[in-house]
Amino acid sequence: MHASPVVVDEHAHNNPALLHHFATEEQQKDSASLGMWLFLAQEVMFFGGMFCAYLIYRYKYFADFGSASQQLNIWLGAINTVVLICSSLTVVLAVRAAQLGKRMALVGWLLLTIILGFVFLGIKADEYAEKFEKHHVPGASFSYHELLPSQEKLPPAERQYANPHHAEMYFSLYFAMTGMHALHMIIGVGLFGFLAYMAWRGKYGPGYYTPIENAGLYWHFVDIVWIYLFPLLYLIDRHR
Amino acid sequence: MSMADHNSASEHASEHISTIGSSVAIWIALLVGTGLTVGAAFIDLGPFNIVVALAIATVKATLVVLFFMHVKYTHEKLTGLVIVSAIFWLGLLLGLSMLDYGTRLWQ
Repeated sequence: MHASPVVVDEHAHNNPALLHHFATEEQQKDSASLGMWLFLAQEVMFFGGMFCAYLIYRYKYFADFGSASQQLNIWLGAINTVVLICSSLTVVLAVRAAQLGKRMALVGWLLLTIILGFVFLGIKADEYAEKFEKHHVPGASFSYHELLPSQEKLPPAERQYANPHHAEMYFSLYFAMTGMHALHMIIGVGLFGFLAYMAWRGKYGPGYYTPIENAGLYWHFVDIVWIYLFPLLYLIDRHR
Repeated sequence: MSMADHNSASEHASEHISTIGSSVAIWIALLVGTGLTVGAAFIDLGPFNIVVALAIATVKATLVVLFFMHVKYTHEKLTGLVIVSAIFWLGLLLGLSMLDYGTRLWQ
């Protein structure tokens, strides 16, 4: 009859972050990663519904969408694309710092990511404010009197204006899609704020950095959504 | 820290740590892609403007998924299955919807 002290704790020499119901660190990490990818797959479907609505209305109201799209500032959209790409790089470097156990570098890259997130949201807020000033926000005060693309070349009497109802549909989709994207950014910034605090307290290192990696996957996904939103919303019929 | 360090090299042999050089290279490629997208928007390519814009966006998205999201280096095959499934479902959603709306010629 052996008493309890003989029982060997299998996890005694292992990573303290390894939970009891996982056999190995690798299995635990793979499970967390797979769960994150499944979450992102449903995010694809979530944004996919809005992309589908956009596609159908752009097909139906092509010229009106071109007119409404040209009310956006292409350069603010391009700058925001660059800001997001830079923030994706800082996230990659944050994950790398965690893998290498560089605590302060990890905190630094996370803080830089948060700053870039705020830059994006600030530019977005400025764009939204302009939409309110120009009455381009869908609703009771919406008003739209702009030419269809390439009409400036015609004599004034022959120029055609965009259908305001169709333009309103464009702006509805614009606010739904960029608004949902911005909400994801706000959640991401909050997430990174929490992770930066935990990283500063030394919670993450080469043995355990799954939250950093999964938050990074989330952030890259949000970046990818914007990579598609930018040409679809800002760059319609710009050459005319 | 010491215990974590001890585990890192040997037991995480399958895990990828991206080098700064390769990450910066992908970052530059994404910036170039953004520049190309903006530039191409001002050139009249007829119906191909949207094709070019979406093609560049897809290349950029692929770079992000493969390199920034480490999918190129993962040993976990289910990740690929999830990604392909997501793209397939999205294709069904967009493709079949457009087959419907795109062929309503009597309206």
